Amino acid sequence: MGDQILTTVDWARAQFALTAMYHWIFVPLTLGLSFLVAFFESIYVKTGNDEWRKLTKFWMTLFGINFAIGAATGIILEFQFGTNWSNYSWMVGDIFGAPLAIEGIFAFFLEASFFAVMFFGWHKVSKRFHLFSTWMVAVGSNLSAVWILVANGWMQFPTGMSFNPDKARFEMQNFWDIALSPVAVQKFTHTTSSAFLLASLFVVGISGLFLLQKRHQKMAQRSMVVAAVLGLVASVFVAFNGDESAFHIAQRQPMKLAAMEGLYYGQEKAPVVALGIINSSKKPGDNLPAFHQELKIPGLLSLMANRKVDSFVPGINDLVYGNAERNIVGAQQRMVSGKIAVAELTNYKGAKEKGDAAAAASALERFNQHKEDLGYGYLDSPAQAAPPVAITFYAFRVMVGLGTLFPLIFLLVLYSAYRGTLEGQRWLNRACFACLFLGYVAQQAGWVVAEVGRQPWAIQGLLPVGVASTKLAASNVQATFFMFLALFTALLLAEIRIMMKQIKIGPEA
Amino acid sequence: MIGNLDISVLQQLWWLIVSVVGSLFLFLTFVQGGQTLIFTTARTEEEKSLIINAMGRKWELTFTTLVLFGGALFAAFPLFYATSFGGAYWVWMLILFTFVVQAVSYEFRKKPHNVLGARTYEIFLFVNGSVGILLIGAAVGTFFTGSRFSLNLYNSVTWGTAFHGLEAALNPFNLAFGLFLVFLARTLGAMYLVNHVAHEALVQRARRASWINLLWALPFLLTVLFGLMTMDGFAVDPATGKVFLEPGKYLHNLLGMPAVLVLLLGGLGSVIYGVVATGFLGRNSGIWFGGIGTVLVGLAVFSLAGYGNTAFYPSLTDLQSSLTIYNASSSKYTLTVMSYVAIAVPFVLAYVAYVWKLMNAKKLTLAELTGEDAGEMY
Repeated sequence: MGDQILTTVDWARAQFALTAMYHWIFVPLTLGLSFLVAFFESIYVKTGNDEWRKLTKFWMTLFGINFAIGAATGIILEFQFGTNWSNYSWMVGDIFGAPLAIEGIFAFFLEASFFAVMFFGWHKVSKRFHLFSTWMVAVGSNLSAVWILVANGWMQFPTGMSFNPDKARFEMQNFWDIALSPVAVQKFTHTTSSAFLLASLFVVGISGLFLLQKRHQKMAQRSMVVAAVLGLVASVFVAFNGDESAFHIAQRQPMKLAAMEGLYYGQEKAPVVALGIINSSKKPGDNLPAFHQELKIPGLLSLMANRKVDSFVPGINDLVYGNAERNIVGAQQRMVSGKIAVAELTNYKGAKEKGDAAAAASALERFNQHKEDLGYGYLDSPAQAAPPVAITFYAFRVMVGLGTLFPLIFLLVLYSAYRGTLEGQRWLNRACFACLFLGYVAQQAGWVVAEVGRQPWAIQGLLPVGVASTKLAASNVQATFFMFLALFTALLLAEIRIMMKQIKIGPEA
Repeated sequence: MIGNLDISVLQQLWWLIVSVVGSLFLFLTFVQGGQTLIFTTARTEEEKSLIINAMGRKWELTFTTLVLFGGALFAAFPLFYATSFGGAYWVWMLILFTFVVQAVSYEFRKKPHNVLGARTYEIFLFVNGSVGILLIGAAVGTFFTGSRFSLNLYNSVTWGTAFHGLEAALNPFNLAFGLFLVFLARTLGAMYLVNHVAHEALVQRARRASWINLLWALPFLLTVLFGLMTMDGFAVDPATGKVFLEPGKYLHNLLGMPAVLVLLLGGLGSVIYGVVATGFLGRNSGIWFGGIGTVLVGLAVFSLAGYGNTAFYPSLTDLQSSLTIYNASSSKYTLTVMSYVAIAVPFVLAYVAYVWKLMNAKKLTLAELTGEDAGEMY
C-alpha cells in the first residue's frame, strides 16, 4: 500500500462516515415516526374524532419532510459500496449484494407505493385503505432496515460463507446463517428499537415545546402520551438489548469491547470504567497509563462480557500481541500466518496463470493452512488491529448515559399525564425539548461505537479497509467528499428550517 | 427446483431480471422527462405546479427502481458493480448527485422557509431530468463502445483515464444514446401529463410536446441504431471464454436472435403509435403504448449487450478484462437464493399496479392543489 492509496482510503472512510452519519440523522425518525403516525391514524379511524385526523396529518407532514431527505442520503450509501469500495464489492458482493436486492424488492416498493397514498390519497381511497397504506409505509420502512442490518451484522460477524481462491472472493454457503445470524438479529432489534425511542423523543419534545408556548395543548398532550408509552417500552428494550449486544461483542469482537472500555491489560473481575479521561498518548504495548482519571465498577465488565463476575476479559495488548497463558493468539502472530496466506494466494494465482498444476496445488495447500488469517496478512503492524480507543470509549459512554436518562423522562411524562399536571410542569417540558436533541446525539454515538470500534476491518478479521477500497487518486474522493458535505449540509439546514416553520404553523392551521 | 438449473441458465435468467428492472426504470424516467417540461411546456406557475405534482406522486417509484437496479446488479453481477462504479467514478457520482437533489426537491420546493428558494429546487429537478438521464444513457452506451479499464488477477479495477467515466459522454455514440434517452423521457413525460392532468391548455401543449420531443429524439435514435448495426462488437468465444472484436457483432446478434429484433421493432412501433395517438388522435392512453414500447426497446438493448456470447461491459485497454454475464456473476448458490426471492417480484408488481390504478383513477386538477390538502401538495 503506497501513501497515495492510504490517503484515498482515509478520504473514502471519511466520505462513508459523512454520508452514513447524515443518513442516520433522518432514518431513525422515519422508522419510528412512521409507526407513531400509524398509531395516531388508527385512533382517528377507531374514534372518528377529527382532532386525531389533524394531529395525524401534522406529524405526517413532518414525517414526509424527513423521509425525502432520508431517501436522498440513502441512495449514495448503496452506490458508494461500488464507487469507493470496489474491491470490497467484488470480494463480498456474492454475499452482501443479496440482502441489498431483497431490501429493494420487499421493502422499498412497499414504502414507495403506499407513501403516495398516505400523503395524497386522503380523498382518493377509503379511510381504511388509507390507514392500511400508512401501516404499509411503517412496515416497509422497518423492513428496509432488516436487510441492511443483516448486511451490517455480517460485516461485524462474517458467517455462512467460504473463500474461493480461484475467484479471489468470499462466497455464500448458507443464506439462513447470514439472515438469521444472532448478530444480525441483535443489530436489527437494537437499531429499530432505538429508532422508536428517537421518534418518541421527537414527538414528546415538539409537544413539550407546544405546552411551553401554550399552543395546541390538547393535541400536544395526546401526542405526548402515545409517544411516551412507545418511548418507555422502546427505551427499556434498548437497555436490555444493549446488554445482550455487549455479550455478543465480547464473544465475537473482543477488540471492540476492549476499546469501548479502554482496557489494555486483560484481567479477571474486569471493571467497567463508569467515567474516565482517556490518555490519548497511550498506544498498544507501551507502559503509559490508559487513563488520566477513572471511576471503576469492579467485576462489571466480566459480568457483562461472560455473565460471570470473576471471568477473564482480554485487553487490547492481549489481542494485539497475544497471551499464551490465556491461549489468545494475537494480531502479531496472525499477521505472520496471514502474510503466508497472501503470498501463497499470489503463488497459486501465478501458477494457475502459467498452467503449472503441481505448483498451483502445492500453493493452494499452503494457502488453506493459513487462510483463516488472510485479512491479517494485509496489516502493516500489529497495533493497526486496534481501533481508535478514545472515540470508541467516549461514544459508548454518551450512548449509555443518555440511554439511561430517556426512560426516566418518559416515566415522568406518563406520571404527569396520569396526574393531569403535564401542562404546568414547565421544567419537564423543557427537559423533553432538550432530550429531542440528546436523542440524536445518542443515535450518532451508537453508530460511532459500532463502526469506529470495528476498525480497521471492513469485514471483521477478513478484509481491512485498506484492501477494500477503490484504486483512485485521492483528489477524486476528496472532491466528492466536499461536494457531499456542502450539499448535505445545505439540505439539512433547509430541512431544519422547513420543519421549524411547519412546527410554528402547527396542526390546527 | 431452481437449484438444479445449470449456472449458465441462472446467469442468463439474472441478466433478464436485471434487464427487466433496467427497462422498467427507462419507462419510469417519464418522471425525469416531465421534470424538464416545467421550463418549456408550462406557461404559468399553476401549470408548473400541476406538472410537478403529477410527477411527484411517482418520483419514488422511479427512484426505488433505480435503487433496485443497482441492488440487483450488485447481487447478480458484483464484478460489474465493482468495476463500473469503482472505475467510472465520476459519471456515477454525478448521476447520483442529480438523484439526491431530485429526492428533496419535490418535498421542499413549495414549503415555506426552504432556504434555497423554489427556483433552485426546480433547477434541481431539471438537472436530474436532463444531465442525470444524459449521463445514464452515456453509461449504458459504454456497454457497446467499451471503456478503458483493466482488471488484475484479483479482479481489482484500474481505470485508464483521469476522467473516470466522464470521457464516455464525449463518445458520439454514447452522447447520442444519452440524448435519445433525454428526449424519450420528455416524450413519455408529456404523454403521462396528457393521461393524468385535467387542464385543457396544458394538455394541448403536452400533446404537442410529445411529438416534438419524439422528432428531437429521432436523429439520436438513428445514430444509435446505425452505430449498433455497423460497429465492431465484443464477442466471446464460448469454448475458451476469450473476448475478441467481431465486425458487425450487434447486427449478427440481432439477426441471430429474432425475438430481440421483434422486441426492438415492436417497441419502437409501440412508442411511435403512442405518440401519434397522443399528439394527433386525441387519445389519452398513449403513455401505455409509449411505456410498453420503452420497456421492449430496453429489453432489446440489454439483450444485444448481454446475450449471444457478447461481453456486456467491454474493456478497450485489455480485451480479456471485459465482463460477460458468465465471468461477472455471483456464485450458483447466490443466484439460486436470489431466484427464489425473485418469485416475489410479480406480487410486488401487482400491488404497485393496484395502488397506481387507485391513485390515478381521478385526474389531477388545479382544485386539488388549492383545496383542503394544499399544504401537503408539492
